[in-house]
Amino acid sequence: MNITVKVWRQEGPNDTGRFESYQVPDVSEDMSFLEMLDIMNEHLISDGQIPVTFDHDCREGICGTCGVMINGQAHGPEKATATCQLHMRKFSDGDEIVIEPWRAGAFPIIKDLMVDRRAFDRIIEAGGYISVSTGSAPDANEIPIPKEAADLSMDAAACIGCGACVAACPNSAAQLFTSAKLAHLNVMPQGQTERFKRTQDMVETMESYFGACTNHGECHEACPKEISLDFIAMMNGDYVKAQFKNRSLAGQG
Amino acid sequence: MAITDRGRSVGTVEPIRTRPKKALPPPLSLYQTAIGKKFVMALTGLGLIGFVIFHTLGNMKLYLGAEDINVYGESLRDLGGHLVPRTHILWLLRFGLIAMFALHIHSAYTLTMMSRASTALKYQQKQKFSAANFASRSMRWTGTIVLLYLIFHLADLTWGVTDDDWVRGDVYNNMIKSFQRPLVALIYIVANIALAIHLFHGVASMMTTLNLNRIKNLPQMAAGAVAAFILVGNLSFPIAIQAGLVEFDDEARQEVIDHAQGGEDDE
Repeated sequence: MNITVKVWRQEGPNDTGRFESYQVPDVSEDMSFLEMLDIMNEHLISDGQIPVTFDHDCREGICGTCGVMINGQAHGPEKATATCQLHMRKFSDGDEIVIEPWRAGAFPIIKDLMVDRRAFDRIIEAGGYISVSTGSAPDANEIPIPKEAADLSMDAAACIGCGACVAACPNSAAQLFTSAKLAHLNVMPQGQTERFKRTQDMVETMESYFGACTNHGECHEACPKEISLDFIAMMNGDYVKAQFKNRSLAGQG
Repeated sequence: MAITDRGRSVGTVEPIRTRPKKALPPPLSLYQTAIGKKFVMALTGLGLIGFVIFHTLGNMKLYLGAEDINVYGESLRDLGGHLVPRTHILWLLRFGLIAMFALHIHSAYTLTMMSRASTALKYQQKQKFSAANFASRSMRWTGTIVLLYLIFHLADLTWGVTDDDWVRGDVYNNMIKSFQRPLVALIYIVANIALAIHLFHGVASMMTTLNLNRIKNLPQMAAGAVAAFILVGNLSFPIAIQAGLVEFDDEARQEVIDHAQGGEDDE
């Protein structure tokens, strides 16, 4: 396969940036998208040019480091797939592939396709923890947890924090990410102690960086882990409850 | 999840807005945050949907004849019967509606501005949307059309400034005379299509915001049903009148005029 890559080049955060086109010959359809970019960079290096910077780490779809806008879709055309797990067989010989970094006010571009997602870290820091007794390891299954709650928590915990939800959102809102990070703790018995404080703190931190949700549902479509919009609804419910809940009575369950 | 905060010294990510310094007591504190504003938008939206459905159902009395719809109009003014002075409850409802409209519009405006401030450079290629539909992306436009139309609609049928022959209390004939004008019928049809599009996303969005989506696809189904009902119900009026299926009733008009001259005319 011969591919033309039209990729966003930007020297640094303050550079205006522009598209550059590169030819990538002899691409195997079994290559992953990032391997294709590696080949492209090899060619750039041997031509004495600066390779394109992009984020990547595990390359097996579980770390959330990679992620670019491919042909107008976050993580490219395949559903429930991170960029690293996207394969070149999804494209055809002679295709032009347009690649851009995530674009959101809270995700400034560091270089080329690499963006700064520290705003996500700020949200996690605001409440992504639970209180536990330290000391010896607790017995397994010491706290009874309904199967449904454990499953729901696991569904939320599947979020890898790649930022595709924000990238796909016309409002640059981070509702799907924040609601997943809230739900995987809030639905568990262990998460009840800080539940309403956590919800309030994480939501308000989110709002200081990101836009306002209008329930388009674009985030769910872009999500490589298919996190459900139900978590956003759950977060909305908990946030409103957090305003009215008498927290001194929280011990009553 | 990847730790993105290690070994990077390029620039900083600063919050674009700060949390409110002084939190108001609940429920006012809700309006200081985006999710709270969404909640207010959803609640006021729910109230306004209720009004729109009730309004359509009430107007369907048009098909039962002049007496039915005129009595319906009068009973709205006379809500509460002898317990409260005439039109007082109606005015209470009207002030409620005005407040709901104001909050709905203000929250929409401030949230839009918040999202604008959070968006950097737009994508330089065409973004492919797979879930966001025409309805969800045109909310601000359909909402504006409905608002502009609402002002015209009040002037046309509540204040009667667009027609010299308008008679207070003769709901039936006022409506027919108004919709017999092709331009008014057209404006009405366009505005109600905009309203239906607005509701098609609005109802689903409202249910998600109010955490009423436990049943799979319930918001989408409810939105489809409400939008379809409003579209079919409201478009039937100008179409029926333009087609001549419902016609001017001289007797009913005379009756309203006689009644107004005989009794008090306070509203």
